[in-house]
Amino acid sequence: MAEERLNAIGKLLARQGILIAFVVFMIGFALLNDRFLAVDNVLGVVRSSAILGVMALGVTFVVISGNLDLSVGSMMSFSTIVVLDLHDKIGPELAIPAMFAMTMALGGFIGVLVGYFKLNSLIVTLGMLSAIHGLTLTYSGGKNMDIADKEGTWFSVIGQGSVLGVPVPIVVFLGLACLLAILLAKTPFGRKVYAVGGNGVAATFSGIRRPRVVLMTYLISSFCVAMAGLLQASRSMGSQNTVGQGLELEVLAAIILGGASLLGGSGTVFKTLIGVLILGFIQNGLLLVGLEFYVQYVVTWLIIILAVWLDIAAKRGRLLSPIA
Amino acid sequence: MTTSNRTKTIKRGAIWGFIVLELIFFSVAGRFLSVSQTQFMDLDNMLLLLKQSAPIGIIALGMTVIMINGNIDLSVGAIFALCAIVMLDSQTWPIFAGLGELGVIPFAWGMALLTGMVLGAINGLIVWKTGVDAFIVTLGAMLGYRGLVFMYNGEQPTFLLNWTLVDMIESSLLGLEFPAIAFIVLTFLIWFLMTKTVHGRNAYAVGDNREAAVNAGIRVGPHMLWNFVLIGFLTALSSIVFYSASGSVNPNDGELYELWAITAVVLGGTKLTGGSGSVINTFGGVIAIQLLRKGLGHIGADTETVNLVIGLILIAVLFLDRQLNVKGKGELRT
Repeated sequence: MAEERLNAIGKLLARQGILIAFVVFMIGFALLNDRFLAVDNVLGVVRSSAILGVMALGVTFVVISGNLDLSVGSMMSFSTIVVLDLHDKIGPELAIPAMFAMTMALGGFIGVLVGYFKLNSLIVTLGMLSAIHGLTLTYSGGKNMDIADKEGTWFSVIGQGSVLGVPVPIVVFLGLACLLAILLAKTPFGRKVYAVGGNGVAATFSGIRRPRVVLMTYLISSFCVAMAGLLQASRSMGSQNTVGQGLELEVLAAIILGGASLLGGSGTVFKTLIGVLILGFIQNGLLLVGLEFYVQYVVTWLIIILAVWLDIAAKRGRLLSPIA
Repeated sequence: MTTSNRTKTIKRGAIWGFIVLELIFFSVAGRFLSVSQTQFMDLDNMLLLLKQSAPIGIIALGMTVIMINGNIDLSVGAIFALCAIVMLDSQTWPIFAGLGELGVIPFAWGMALLTGMVLGAINGLIVWKTGVDAFIVTLGAMLGYRGLVFMYNGEQPTFLLNWTLVDMIESSLLGLEFPAIAFIVLTFLIWFLMTKTVHGRNAYAVGDNREAAVNAGIRVGPHMLWNFVLIGFLTALSSIVFYSASGSVNPNDGELYELWAITAVVLGGTKLTGGSGSVINTFGGVIAIQLLRKGLGHIGADTETVNLVIGLILIAVLFLDRQLNVKGKGELRT
């Protein structure tokens, strides 16, 4: 019992570590620039983080179950291109569900390969990164997609509209975050995801059907990717074939920053949310302070290394690695 | 025992079998489908292929060492771009002025190689000292180094054409141009390093079982550091080979190179978990990918299908590897 409480306190501290960093950043930037905490700026940041954030929420499930998903970037390009193309062909009402079905079919394919055939998720999704990119280019013929009649459709509401003054992407992002947080923290399925990632063999012995859980995590991930693609498509009403390129690694960066372990078994939706927001606010803060946008890459690098290092150091009780 | 030996041989030869299959397929299919008159199996075509595969190939050699070591390096694309910028830009530095077009070359190359080694060393040092997984360290570095690339010259491309350098790179020996020769020689050198030296043996030992390697007295930290320096060095070399002739680098250059290099290494049969793999088979993996690109172009397929096919082949290779592996090795059947 005592051990359990210690564990709980440790977990609490780990969670607060990233929160403290977040608060320090916010205060620092707020002192440097008084526009930083203005409502429209904050809403702007959350809104522009929403697309990355929605994807990160889904990939969190995959990472907790001990796998990786490097294909989300090119999958997002795929769903963006597909929904834009189908919008003009069969109308938005049919295009959206069709796009979700196609994207989730891809996610399901990965899930079957990783779950049922037990292939290494890094390589499978690396292969799918390339394959889906090819699929997207073949589908679009390499051309950019545009919605022909940008005024005469309600499609733009999803990416550009707002509800009670709050932009729809933020509503979608936070709504999805709440939903997935409950799914992960409060349901038997969520517990199974942790079990599979924490110790797959033990999970199997305790009667959890591991392949099915893994498949589900990839379905959730691809659902989120489809949602992100929808937001992207509706926001810009047109797109290149490479719109999602490189996002897979930014998504992972956000999740790692949130404190999830890539080995699986740890991480929460809330932490990922914080990771996404930290990335977003750092980017915005550095711009407001007057630095070039690419400085954020260097800062993100340092923060990721520091965050993970301190996390590991706290767990092993010493700062430097014991490896000679 | 015999069956496991046979599977081993099959697995070791698989990539070469695959290359032969590709050659046959594209030669035959090329007869019927090709738009051009030239044969696919033309000698010049094959030499060109070797030259074109050099940039990714040289990086993939370093990636093989890193992956045998049980690590991974996602930052090579950014290192590639930064080294190129340093190499081109350093030729205009005032300290090197007065050396002339020929005299400046060794210094420019030296600066590029130094840059690559330092960036690799930073990764290696972080992996060693902090104990953070190489995947995370180099994922961060991929962003960070790319940031440095942009900070160097903004979003502008960096140009510099040194005609002496261009002539040098494009000169050829026995029909092989400089990049192809560099690729072949380096493959041999890294093969020698991995199979005939203590360092190579240690690399397999560390990748196979890090704990055991520590207990056996291998200084694992510095060992991994050297490997990161090596991949930085090779990436810089790859950058030199590529940009000496082209003379222009965009800040986005080298993006996704890490993924291509990893794909080539995995096609060559190196395990992500470390401890096994072969430099010669990586060479095969690089050639196989380049053959596929060229071959699909030859039979008139769109360039976009190349990505699709390579992705599916990567998954198929993994699938076959799974089937060939002896089952039940401490593994749970579920």
